[in-house]
Amino acid sequence: MIPAAFEYVRAGSAAEAISLIGEHGEEAKFLAGGHSLLPLMKLRLASPSVLVDIGRVGDLSYIRDAGDHIAIGALTRHMDVETSALLQEHVPLLAHAAGHVGDPQVRHRGTMGGTIAHADPASDLPATTLALGATYVATGPNGSREIAAADFYQGFLESALEPDEMLTEIRVPKMNGAGWSFQKFNRRAQDWAIVGVAAWRGAAGSGVALVNMGSTPVLATSVSAALAGGASVSDAAQLAASEAEPQSDLNASTEYRTHLAKVLVRRALEQASA
Amino acid sequence: MKISVTVNGTVHESDVEPRTLLVHYVRETLGLTGTNVGCDTSSCGACSLHLDGEAVKSCTVLAVQADGAQVTTIEGMATDGEMHPMQKAFMENHGLQCGYCTPGMVMAATSLLKENPNPTEAEVRLGLEGNLCRCTGYHNIVKSVLACAAGE
Repeated sequence: MIPAAFEYVRAGSAAEAISLIGEHGEEAKFLAGGHSLLPLMKLRLASPSVLVDIGRVGDLSYIRDAGDHIAIGALTRHMDVETSALLQEHVPLLAHAAGHVGDPQVRHRGTMGGTIAHADPASDLPATTLALGATYVATGPNGSREIAAADFYQGFLESALEPDEMLTEIRVPKMNGAGWSFQKFNRRAQDWAIVGVAAWRGAAGSGVALVNMGSTPVLATSVSAALAGGASVSDAAQLAASEAEPQSDLNASTEYRTHLAKVLVRRALEQASA
Repeated sequence: MKISVTVNGTVHESDVEPRTLLVHYVRETLGLTGTNVGCDTSSCGACSLHLDGEAVKSCTVLAVQADGAQVTTIEGMATDGEMHPMQKAFMENHGLQCGYCTPGMVMAATSLLKENPNPTEAEVRLGLEGNLCRCTGYHNIVKSVLACAAGE
């Protein structure tokens, strides 16, 4: 399978990338690692007329301690998130979840910013950063703005990014020793999650988000509210799908997904509370 | 678009269409057909090669993205006619049946050992999760990788 023809331009810096995307309009797409976009283009489900390759914008690949949070450059690859000592220490849930994205070859290419901007509800890291209360930084021609993860996901593969904006940084609060768990239910090792759960629980409360339980990653706020109100883990887990509208597809029915979410949230909270 | 890619130590200057996939570039433009196309959807790993020293699935990389990079394919693994230790380990441990997945397995396995030189059996199995063997010959593939890591 070969993508439809497109014009290819390469950006040397974030500023140049934003200027190029502005110049080429809505038919242009950013190309980072390409592991979400290129498969869609090969299937002709996407056929942008221009690709702005940001893969060489080196100053957007970093993981830095920024006090109360860790700042991750959008072009940081999954493999670098997975193996980062800084993230393993301060945001172990994210480092662990990054190690479950695709397979090693995919993690050598795919980027943190790419998977967030692609906004696929079946991807692991959108839900994980949502559970962690991350903030995303979008940069456009008029400067940068912060978007809370909870406001970012607007529909299937649809985000709050404007067409001329680029996701440049992901800010993830430090977990300060909170317990955590990542549950990914799939049939074969490298598959997408049929349902996944990212959860943490600590002095600051809890955060639970669901993978592949609807058209966006889902924050299970009822679960956290129940826990805050003193509910047991198993009672809180019964509310797992309260905010979700899970789809039915060849892997699972709506009912099955709903059941899985409750079971996986219970397991995740048991692990995070241990 | 003009690109310059170093493949198995040789610099190749080529003019490619931007939509050319890296796997097609090495197979068709350079004639290096050891890298196979399997699923063509970045699932099976048959097209794995090394891009700047790391295993990637070349059906999901554009040739233009490899401009300026170092690429190693299965043809570049042997040195002076001597097979790479991983290739030897596959031969000695019957790590292949039909052989279709083998180039990708060897490339993924060598990349794995570079990152984790002494993996456990479980780590080898997980490290090769992106490579499928339709003969289901995983047992001896894992044995081959462990043998190579042990220097056998």
